[in-house]
Order: sequence, then C-alpha cells, then structure tokens
Amino acid sequence: MELAWYWTALIAFVIVQFLLISASVLVYAERKVSGYMQNRPGPNRVGPFGFLQPFADVVKLVFKENIVPVLANPFVHSLAPMLMVVIAMGAGALIPFAHNVVIADMDVSVLVLLALTSISVYGVTLAGWSSNSKYSLLGGLRSSAQMISYELSMGLAVLSVVLIAGSLSLTEIVEDQAGGWGLLGWNIFRNPIGAILFIVTAFAETNRAPFDLPEAEQELVGGYHTEYSGMKFGMFFLAEYVNFFIASFVIVTLFFGGYMLPFESVLLGAFPALVDSLWLTVLQLGTILVKAGFFAFVFIWVRWTLPRFKYTQLMTLGWKYLLPIALANMLLVALGVALLS
Amino acid sequence: MAAQILFFVLATVAIAGALGMLVSRNPVNSALWLILNLFCVAGLYLTLNATFIAVIQVLVYAGAIMVLFLFVIMLLNLAALPDVRRFEWRKGVAYVLSMGLLSMLSFVVASSLGVLPEPQSLQAAADSGTANTLAKSLFVEFALPFEMIGILLLAATIGAVMLSKRKPV
Repeated sequence: MELAWYWTALIAFVIVQFLLISASVLVYAERKVSGYMQNRPGPNRVGPFGFLQPFADVVKLVFKENIVPVLANPFVHSLAPMLMVVIAMGAGALIPFAHNVVIADMDVSVLVLLALTSISVYGVTLAGWSSNSKYSLLGGLRSSAQMISYELSMGLAVLSVVLIAGSLSLTEIVEDQAGGWGLLGWNIFRNPIGAILFIVTAFAETNRAPFDLPEAEQELVGGYHTEYSGMKFGMFFLAEYVNFFIASFVIVTLFFGGYMLPFESVLLGAFPALVDSLWLTVLQLGTILVKAGFFAFVFIWVRWTLPRFKYTQLMTLGWKYLLPIALANMLLVALGVALLS
Repeated sequence: MAAQILFFVLATVAIAGALGMLVSRNPVNSALWLILNLFCVAGLYLTLNATFIAVIQVLVYAGAIMVLFLFVIMLLNLAALPDVRRFEWRKGVAYVLSMGLLSMLSFVVASSLGVLPEPQSLQAAADSGTANTLAKSLFVEFALPFEMIGILLLAATIGAVMLSKRKPV
C-alpha cells in the first residue's frame, strides 16, 4: 500500500516522538530497576513514584550552560551528538511494527540497519577527537575499536538469519518466521547460536554493560563525552537509550518473530474474523512492544548484574571466540539451508 | 524533473565534498569531506534504483574503511606531520583543463573507431543494481576470478600481520 508522503511524514513523526518518550521511560525504568536490585527505593520524589524524574532531568540539562573547550573543533564538537541521535532514530524507520506498518519497506533493509550501526561509530570517534582532551580521545578510541571488532560478528549473525529467510528485507524475515507450530518457526529455535551471538554483539554495539568500556566512569573520567555539558551530553544519553530500545526491536524482529503473536496461526484459525482487521494490527503492535520491552528490561538487568570486562578480555572475546563461532554457525546454517530446501 | 534536481544537487555536493577533501588542511576535516562525498555517491546510486549498491557503498566505504582512516588519523600525532604545502591554483587549473582536453580527445578517437559502449537503458541499470543480479554475476559467471581475488586478499592480510609482528617468527 502506497501512502501519500505527508502520511509517511506524520507516521515518522509519531515514531520519533514515541522513541523520545520511551527513552525517558527507560531512564526511569533503569533507575528504578537498579534501585530495587541494590535494595534501595530509587527515584521517588518527583511526581507519583518519581515518574517525572527523567523529565525533570531533561529540563535541568536544557538549562545548563553549553561549554565547548577552548581548543576544541566547535563544528565537529556539535556534529557528534547530533549524529548519534539522528542515526539512532533513523533505525526506527526500518522496523516493521505490525503487518504492513513500516515506514521504509526496502528490499535491503537488513543491510541498511548494519550500515546505520557502522556509521554510528563516527559519533563516538568524532566526539572523542573533537573535544581535544586526552580522556575523551582515549574513550573514543577504545569505543571505536570495540564497535569495529563486534560489528563483524554481528554482521555474520545477521547473515545467518538472511540465509534462512532467503531475503534481505526485514518484513520478509518476519513473515518467514510464521511457519512451524506456534513458536517453533521463530529464528531463536531455528538458529539459536546466531541469536545468542546477535544479542551479545548488540550489547557491545550499544555500549551497554558489560561492554560499557567507552564510558567506563571509574577509569576514564567518563569517556568520549567527558567534555560535553548540558543538552549535548543529554543527546549522548538519549542516543544510548534509543539505541538499546531499537536494538531490542531488532533482536525481536530477527529472532523472536517480530510483530507475530505467539500461536498466531492457531488464533487466526479460531477467529477468522481477525484476518486483515484493525484489531490484529493493534494486537501485533502490542505484541512487539511487549517483546521489545522485555528485551529492554534484559539490557537493564544485565547492566546491574554483570561487572565490566577488561579491555583485553573484550578483544579476546570478540576476535578469538565470537568471530570463529559466528563463521562456523554461518557455515552450519548455509549447509542446513542447502540440504533441507 | 524531481529526479534531475536531485541528481544535480547530489552531484554538486559530491564534487564539493571531493574538492573540500583535497584543499582542507586538517586531515580529520579531509576525512569528513570524503565521507560526505561517499554519501552523495550512495545517493546517486539510489536515484538509479540500485539500492543494494547504495547500501553497500555506505556500509563498506563510509562504515568500515573511513572509520579505519579516522582511527589511524587520530592515533597519529598530527603536530609531528610535515607542513602541508600550499595548494597551487595555477597547477590545479592546468590539471583540470588538460584532463578535460585529454578526455575530449579520447572520446573523439574512440567514437571514430566505433569502440564506445552502447548507453545503458535506465531499466537495465536498475536491474543490475539488485542483490540477485550482482550475486549471479559474482558467484556464477565470474566465480573463479572472484575466489582467486579472495585468496589473494587473504594472502595479503596474512602478509600484513606477519610484517607488523615485531619478532621474526
């Protein structure tokens, strides 16, 4: 179905707003969950149950002074946080939120997603360089080395999914998981190694703990955003939360049936009136939100459970374990596809 | 009409990016100009409906190669680099003019010999940009040369690792 451009623009606007709101909800969730995990109440002063805390934080950040270091490159210094946010939000255009509900339904959307991941390294690298500070530069270099290393395994994990689906389009990858009984068509059951690889590399690419070396606050004075203040710092923060929310959506889309309801074929068999109805779209929207919300919780859960890797451990894990496993898994999946089809 | 406007905007920005890359003094700025140029070229591929090639352009050149370039530039001590020579406008203009003359003359020679390729139709260009056609020519038609290039690149990679090791093994 071709929509007029203004409808597409309106839907894109709604999705951007949704991502902005969900980022502040996630900030609240993270602080609340970490509070309970550490046996303390978490934010509970602003608004009911402290729910307005992230909004108060944003207001504070907006009113803070914007400080640019004297010898910094002012253009690149402002460009870096914008790049981070724009790229993080851009990925939202590719996710199919329900049947036929996707902004940009391209035939190569998986590759676009990988391309967006790989250019988001620029935000971190340029932020580290343009601040003209050794702490920022070290943070930026560490982070770009990490992101480059894990990109490769992530690409191979995605390729194994592409091999199974036989298509580079996210929509078709979701539709391909409809087969099988109930949940068994989901890629997590057909390609479990790829799923685990992708989830691990997604943690590394979004710079979340245990891979949060880029901003290891105990050793780096803060990392690539040391020299940022006010809303520019806030934009890095926003990009991090949008990134891991989008990453949850991608994990769900690639491996957990995307917008498909569990046992959708059974449900549609029982209620034939649902087929192609608006209710089904609403149910699917709800399903992908619940699934992605669960993975967003997993991101928070892991951060407050596992300690950070050492730099050497990070590189060893990336190059000596994940990459060979990803290559072997790719070969295995290719053989399986060739033999079974 | 819109496609033509898009083409000229993208082409102008691409050329501006290339020029900016040549004349900027700061290596990081040069790299940023080159990235802008690569994105515009990807946009030009998109106007030809070659989505796959456009995405690969961004993924490989902007996403992988230029990130490594930036990485290396940042690791270098920029202050220790020799001063960049001034850009000599006379040489630049002479270069552009003589290259233009050369291309015009070779076009005349080639067209009089009748060895010019036929212009592709837009449909053919669009068809050759999809992942399917590209894969067919790479893995079916030119499978052997493709594999040989792969082995060559592997050998080069191993050679680079060997050379960069401090102790001879």
